[in-house]
Amino acid sequence: MLRHGSRSLFNRASATSMRWRRQFSTDLPVETAEDTKFVESWKKMNPNMDPPKTPSAYMKPRPPTPANIPSKLTVNLVLPYDSVLSSKEVDMVIVPATTGQMGVLPGHVATIAELKPGILSVHEGNDVTKYFLSSGFAFVHANSVADIIAIEATPVDRLDPNLVQKGLADFQQKLNTASTDAEKAEAQIGIDVHSALNAALTG
Amino acid sequence: MSSSAAQPFWRAAGMTYVTYSNLCASLVRQCLKEPYRSEALAREKVHFSVSKWVDGKPEKPTIRTDTPE
Repeated sequence: MLRHGSRSLFNRASATSMRWRRQFSTDLPVETAEDTKFVESWKKMNPNMDPPKTPSAYMKPRPPTPANIPSKLTVNLVLPYDSVLSSKEVDMVIVPATTGQMGVLPGHVATIAELKPGILSVHEGNDVTKYFLSSGFAFVHANSVADIIAIEATPVDRLDPNLVQKGLADFQQKLNTASTDAEKAEAQIGIDVHSALNAALTG
Repeated sequence: MSSSAAQPFWRAAGMTYVTYSNLCASLVRQCLKEPYRSEALAREKVHFSVSKWVDGKPEKPTIRTDTPE
């Protein structure tokens, strides 16, 4: 009885795996194009074994550029503790890139932009919502999806002008009394952030 | 190709992007109006313990915490 047990268990396991397999989250829809060369050379050498999966088979392929430019941009604004905008369809966003204010419209070329502290404005019809971002990155994908990530993003009306002015004055003073490179860098960062906050409040 | 191209001033001073980004976020949090400010500063609290290992043995851990015991 026990001698046959393992055989029937083996048969049952392989039979069920052939008939139906539970769907795993690591299941891939299709082999990606990069792997066909590897798969062919493997099959030539070793036709009886399944080819192993390579790392690129586990990666989702880049979103392709659609034939027609979509009419809306899908925006995701995420912070470490909250997703402020999640797949919101808008007409345009203006992100504060280190190279200047960058406007992103539907059909924008795929871009990665590092952001400086500044205002993100989301334009939807006639509404404009502004958020002050502390710094982060903006990824625009070829399928008109924009992912904006930042550590802090607040609506401009939550900022206190007095604290901003005080901070600016403090850091300007710190820059004057700074001696080491690290202190100068911190003071300069303080000045940059507070000037951007100031511009956001007055602009 | 990878010459020492123009670096941002903070990287030239030895700061990493993570430190820079966290510093910017911290400065922004300190400029918020009142109810939001206290919620935001609560987000900055950390609590961890670090111990160095010497000769395969951990030394006494140092605990860094902002939560009152």
